Amino acid sequence: MSQLRPFDLEALRRHLAAEAGAAPWRSLDELAGRPEFIEFLNAEFPQQALALDGEGVDRRHVLKLMAASLALAGLGGCTRQPEERLVPFVRQPEHRVPGKPVYYATSAPIAGFGVGVLAESHEGRPTKIEGNPDHPASLGATDAVLQAAVLGLYDPDRSQVVTQLGDIRPWSAFVATMEGVMAAQRERRGAGLRILTGTVTSPTLASQLTALLAELPEARWHQWEPLGRDAARAGALLAFGEPLETRYRLEQARVVLSLDADILGAPAHGLRYTRELVRARRGAGAGNPRGRLYVVEPFPSCTGALADHRLPLRRCEVDAFARALARRLGIAVPGADDPTLARHAAWIDALARDLRAAGGEVVVAAGEQQPPAVHALAHAMNHALGAVGRTVEHAAPVPARWEDEAASLASLVEDMQAGRVDVLVMLGCNPVFTAPADLRVADALAKVPLRIHHGLYDDETAALCHWHLPEAHFLEAWSDVRAYDGTASVVQPLIAPLYEGRTAHDVVAVLAGQSGRSSHELVREHWRQALGVPDFEIVWQRALRDGVIEGTSQPARSAVLRGDVATRLPPPASTATDTLELVLRPDPYLLDGRFANNGWLQELPRPLTKVTWDNAAYLAPATAARLGLANEQVVELALGDARVEAPVWIVPGVAAESVTLHLGYGRRRAGRVGTGIGVDVQALRTRGALWGGLGLTIRPTRRRHRIACTQDHFSMEGRDLVRRTTVAALADGAAHDDGAHEPTWNESLYDPYPYEGHRWGMVIDLATCIGCNACVAACTAENNVAVVGKDQVLRGREMQWLRVDRYFDGPLDDPALLHQPVPCMHCETAPCEVVCPVNATVHSSEGLNEMVYNRCVGTRYCSNNCPYKVRRFNFYLFQDWNTESYKLGRNPDVTVRSRGVMEKCTYCVQRIEEARITAMQEGRTIRDGDIVTACQQACPADAIVFGDLNDPSSKVAAWHRDPRNYSLLAELGTRPRTTYLGVVRDPNPALAKDRTA
Amino acid sequence: MPQIFRPSTNTLSRVSIFGALAFIALFLWLLAVLNRSAYVTQQAVARQQPVQFSHKHHAGELGIDCRYCHTAVETSARAGIPPTATCMNCHSQIWVDAPFLEPVRASYRTDESLRWVKVYDLPDFVFFNHSAHVSRGVGCVSCHGRVDQMNQIWQASSLQMEWCLECHRHPEPNLRPREAIYDMDWTPPADPELGRKLAREYGVVSRTDCYTCHR
Repeated sequence: MSQLRPFDLEALRRHLAAEAGAAPWRSLDELAGRPEFIEFLNAEFPQQALALDGEGVDRRHVLKLMAASLALAGLGGCTRQPEERLVPFVRQPEHRVPGKPVYYATSAPIAGFGVGVLAESHEGRPTKIEGNPDHPASLGATDAVLQAAVLGLYDPDRSQVVTQLGDIRPWSAFVATMEGVMAAQRERRGAGLRILTGTVTSPTLASQLTALLAELPEARWHQWEPLGRDAARAGALLAFGEPLETRYRLEQARVVLSLDADILGAPAHGLRYTRELVRARRGAGAGNPRGRLYVVEPFPSCTGALADHRLPLRRCEVDAFARALARRLGIAVPGADDPTLARHAAWIDALARDLRAAGGEVVVAAGEQQPPAVHALAHAMNHALGAVGRTVEHAAPVPARWEDEAASLASLVEDMQAGRVDVLVMLGCNPVFTAPADLRVADALAKVPLRIHHGLYDDETAALCHWHLPEAHFLEAWSDVRAYDGTASVVQPLIAPLYEGRTAHDVVAVLAGQSGRSSHELVREHWRQALGVPDFEIVWQRALRDGVIEGTSQPARSAVLRGDVATRLPPPASTATDTLELVLRPDPYLLDGRFANNGWLQELPRPLTKVTWDNAAYLAPATAARLGLANEQVVELALGDARVEAPVWIVPGVAAESVTLHLGYGRRRAGRVGTGIGVDVQALRTRGALWGGLGLTIRPTRRRHRIACTQDHFSMEGRDLVRRTTVAALADGAAHDDGAHEPTWNESLYDPYPYEGHRWGMVIDLATCIGCNACVAACTAENNVAVVGKDQVLRGREMQWLRVDRYFDGPLDDPALLHQPVPCMHCETAPCEVVCPVNATVHSSEGLNEMVYNRCVGTRYCSNNCPYKVRRFNFYLFQDWNTESYKLGRNPDVTVRSRGVMEKCTYCVQRIEEARITAMQEGRTIRDGDIVTACQQACPADAIVFGDLNDPSSKVAAWHRDPRNYSLLAELGTRPRTTYLGVVRDPNPALAKDRTA
Repeated sequence: MPQIFRPSTNTLSRVSIFGALAFIALFLWLLAVLNRSAYVTQQAVARQQPVQFSHKHHAGELGIDCRYCHTAVETSARAGIPPTATCMNCHSQIWVDAPFLEPVRASYRTDESLRWVKVYDLPDFVFFNHSAHVSRGVGCVSCHGRVDQMNQIWQASSLQMEWCLECHRHPEPNLRPREAIYDMDWTPPADPELGRKLAREYGVVSRTDCYTCHR
């Protein structure tokens, strides 16, 4: 794949048409079957390519290296262990047992909203994040961003000291400076003071700011959250005349429609809604609704991948779609249906009938990146269908002050330009990078005489400020935060700040002249007053233990839909077809770029695109063909006067004539990992086109930018890997679309293992997997998996023990999307075991396929012989053995691997042994559910089950008996321990185009 | 022309051939011996500690239970090294002026931890769990030797894998009743039946899977 060459789209279409109903396909490259691609695959394992980079190696060179490595390996084996020291406490804290982790309930504030977590602490060092089952936004699940928070805590690039114009200063110097500044401001009633924050839901911070503003009435507090919810607010205003939050109860929904709403992937509530939707699907039947999911979206999302029916529409057409649908639901929306939707008329009709037939148990959700009109229409439809009060509820706003943040930022910039701002304090935000380009924040900043930035990193904004104050990471800070439903929880620290980090509470306290008060004191005092209960200490301790403050969720309240909502809608958005559309989206993991310096997140393949370490201009195959663009070709994208150059990446499932770009890349000052990775697309983001717009032009260049896409790595050959069925077919007893899968023979040359005790096994339910990669991130955190970097990913050497394969099913322009997580299968007759010359991979008495690092000499025969491609080899010293701060974050129960060693999924054997020893101490046997693997624990979709197959009452055994259960590549006779439950879809019978059968 | 090789050469060649073989065997044997020697294993090498603490005095002569200091041994992977405060429980009352104890008092005064030298130091890829062993009838003495007779602590066992496996393959001879775990003087009865009985009672099975210790 050395030069740019567009795909022959017609040939691909013909191919797919000729093999209608054939197996799902992995990627365009695979489909096209180009010689370069075949060569890439046939290199047997691309990740096993020549270990020496660059020029070729001759025989003499090889001999030299072998002699040297023999000598060095021999000498290296002669080291004696260095002397180690035991350092006990001077006074040991109560209840702390050395070697036993302690879990603390805290909350992670992501984009202003809290998700409850349990943080695992080993000897006072947070090492792992799990979800808090008692927290409404988590219900025990976590996403990739939360999993990676530990790495963020130990990031050595986090800003460490207070600086003034680049010089290191003590905190006291800042306090002294501010005393003078604030004294001057007090005289002017704060007229020159401006504070900029992200969305604030923290009750303590809000009350601090309110008190400060009461004291200084002329001062202003602005909010700017780059992932903001301005459209949701404006939509609520249109529909109800007041800003109201909207919440869904997906468990009870019969039909769910997402209007470009990634309800399952959004950080604030995605975990909760995924759990609910999956529970509905599991409990379906016997009168319980299943929740048929329709998704209309321009760019494939996790929600879209789980959909029973997915319609790729351009972003601008979703508005017209909502209007057309609303009309069919009896809402008098003026005007006629948009002619561009004529081709989808049957789809819309069927959807409308399905919605009406659901008896009010429906949810219509509008996406954050859709204009207010779509939100208002979604509200109107929910009301018209009678969903409000059943599956949809409204509540008072969760943010302390829900405002139009883009307007708020704009008015701040106006004040700055006009010279009305003397002091600007920016708390935990990076407006220079994230603000809409047309606001020219950097220029406006130059007119402010005193600029103070408080943030985790010395970032783009910090570079333009006089003072920079390091922010404390949430794992080392006292604070509080509200969840999507208003539930307040306390953010409690697990470790004293590693550096000189301070919280926003500390900074505001300095402004208020209360610099002596700690965040702990401020948060506690706030709640003592807010709760006003006599036994506050008990309530406080319970809140710290449980991770939620009881009774703080916003109660559902009635909302009166305006009668004239349909006529008050702004005119429909243009759906002109003669122009390309730009769609801007936050990156699924880096969000607006705040996590750009997190290697785990950079290397985590993006859901559905499988791209790592980059963003790209994502196009549909048809669009690329029309424009004659090839993968990895750099193009110049222009919208108005703004220009951005980005590489092309073709993704089936993207709406035609729509180009999606992810925010969060191209950071100029992110740190050693994130700086300069990807393309900064902020230039295209203006107030008028916050989430994209029409009128994009593309000018191809002849340059090429390599994209590290992992989809074709570790490729398993052909065959029927993802099995699909429908609810209807399942009811008829057809578990799979094609019954003739299982091999008819079951012989082996080897004697079977007896397994007298336990027999561990795993089942992964593909019907609920949303492909969010939380499992991969959790595995990385639990098992000390290394980050390898883009160059090594390009060579197929990523180390993640678990990968989520993506498959397309059906036509090129509108395929169904399938996921398949693939960890080690722990085969009964494992091909890897028999080829290891040093017995470094062996079978355990409980069926685990053990990988013994200290025996491994790195022949890589095992990986060669693995049909599932789940083994990972340390070609280099990938793990960072030197950075002190990283050492604190590693899991002490798992070996840190060095170079030259093979590794792979262990079924989290450290957790198995821990459960075994605990059971032993309690004088019992291991119960079903005692052992929860890291991937299983993180999974919001409950798609992974682990347990003892010898115990017929265990959940894993029950899933094994499920008719949908099948083994991957069963025809090879490997008898894998990890099996799958096939995908189930519930297509609307009225929509003839049945995708899944 | 005289013969180049005289008959005695036969002997010489035999000697050198067998000598070379013997030399190689000797070399390998020496290597094996060296690998098991205290030079490599550090077995029986007493370590200098920051405080001249005597287990013989405390555990032996005074009869203080192991768990008074090693508090986590029954619940955690690690037995636990006592905090300075544990020493000061007694030594704020007795031997308060002893110069030997100055490092302990200094630690207590300055809040700086004592830094003991680790004697039983397993490689980082080995995961040993104390609680799993003491709860199943393996006494302290089995691995740590007669600590009550050691002034300075040394490693009583080689800690090599063959030594671990010896017991993991046949745990019965090393089992004792739970009451006797911390008893330094307990001697097993001549009858091997006790071990088998305890193994049944405590659910001890031979565990030699690699993942038992290596993860």
